[in-house]
Amino acid sequence: MAGTGFAKGHEIAAAVARGEVGARDVVEDALAVIKSRDRALNAFTDVTAERARVRADALDSDRAAGKPVGPLAGVPFAVKNLFDVAGLSTRAGSKINRDLPPARHDQPLIEKLEAAGAILVGALNMGEYAYDFTGENAHDGASRNPHDVTRMSGGSSGGSGSAVAGGLVPLALGSDTNGSIRVPSSFCGIFGLKPTYGRLSRARSFPFVDSLDHLGPFARCTRDLALSYDAMQGHDPADAGSAKRPVEPSLPHLARGIDRLRIAVAGGYFRKGAFPEAIQAIEHVARALNVSREIQLPEAQRARAAAYVITTTEGAALHLDRLRQRAHDFDPATRDRLIAGAMIPSSLVMKAQKFRRWYREQVLALFADVDVILAPATPCVAPAIGQETFMLDGVEMPVRPNIGIYTQPISFIGLPVVAVPVPLKPLPIGVQIIAAPWREDIALRVAQYLEDMGAVVAPRPPLN
Amino acid sequence: MSKDGLTETWISASAALLGLPIESAWLPSIRANVEVTFRLGQLVDDFPLPDEAEPAPVFEA
Repeated sequence: MAGTGFAKGHEIAAAVARGEVGARDVVEDALAVIKSRDRALNAFTDVTAERARVRADALDSDRAAGKPVGPLAGVPFAVKNLFDVAGLSTRAGSKINRDLPPARHDQPLIEKLEAAGAILVGALNMGEYAYDFTGENAHDGASRNPHDVTRMSGGSSGGSGSAVAGGLVPLALGSDTNGSIRVPSSFCGIFGLKPTYGRLSRARSFPFVDSLDHLGPFARCTRDLALSYDAMQGHDPADAGSAKRPVEPSLPHLARGIDRLRIAVAGGYFRKGAFPEAIQAIEHVARALNVSREIQLPEAQRARAAAYVITTTEGAALHLDRLRQRAHDFDPATRDRLIAGAMIPSSLVMKAQKFRRWYREQVLALFADVDVILAPATPCVAPAIGQETFMLDGVEMPVRPNIGIYTQPISFIGLPVVAVPVPLKPLPIGVQIIAAPWREDIALRVAQYLEDMGAVVAPRPPLN
Repeated sequence: MSKDGLTETWISASAALLGLPIESAWLPSIRANVEVTFRLGQLVDDFPLPDEAEPAPVFEA
């Protein structure tokens, strides 16, 4: 159990529950791994060591007293630094937010995970204000890909991807507006869940685009995604976007396999611009699931365009006063996009929101005849840190905005997605398993099936 | 006026009207982003929707 940091969360929880290892030992191990490996990965911006020790000791006392410990007992986890953590200023990847007073309360998902026995060990690096797909950050430095530290972790939940892929923690939380869970999952070769829009509370987290923001977990296996997701569910009136739905546990359905599930691969737009590795990965997953059917999502390119317009304009509105007063303190890459977003006519934004309702109806109609849609998570494996352009469909395009071409049309209408890692060499790449709204259980089932077959796995990175 | 000229005028006027201080060194990047967003906005704008089409977010009183 001790030593390498690659133990799965559910394995740790089982060992703690059986008394084979104490939560304090698990936490000390995690802190030691973070200390030794994070210099190379730059995943963490804060390590909450004392808090973690106190919680671990309390859990060990509870266990010794015969009290029940939760399903995530002793599991160390970390959160993207846009989550409120009591006692820390909620940085959101920025310099400006460091001036905020410390948060008074933890974000609700942290509270729920800790109620399940998990133990917060720190806050993670991210692209400034979440307007990022690379994991680079002008203030805190880039989070690095554990499979090749010269390459991007992906973003904006870059530290979350690095930390889990690098074996620093088995579980991390991030956010996804247009791809910020799925992109780091793809580049770093781990599992990520972007739930249905409104499923998990976003209260007490620093926002980006209220229309599109989701929060969700990263892990090294499907079971840990399911365990953490189930622990975090529940309506929260403090988040206006929180759906009034009961908790719908996914864990009981995880081992049901894929019998009678109708699965298709997204064609058309989702094939354009794909590098060979993205095609290889999607075909690998389709073969493993015995899927030959293709499905077309109508107007996916327009959906991506509409998501882009909504993102840049809502983001600009959020930051308008900061842009007026402290433009120099922004990451230049974020600053100029937000300034541009402030200058877009509102008529285009309204049209984008109207198109969104139309597109949602069209795609939901597809789910009458299909249960799961497969699509690449990213067009390519992780580019080099600092790489500015790549060839997309024979045309040289900027890397930053185009990493999310396959993720954006899906999060645009809030569909649940599990990103699964295909262990290609030399670098992994992800595939999106997309289900109908509120059917995270189906996406997780498919991921578990693929994992059980050995078709998808979070590969271990080389360790120095 | 050329399209480039129009975009620069747009940026300059918008910045002034919104009270956004912009440095000249930032202009090429801001312009590139404005151009991309207008191009993608055009894609959305081109899609025919009836007058009755409602936006995705619906307010509840």
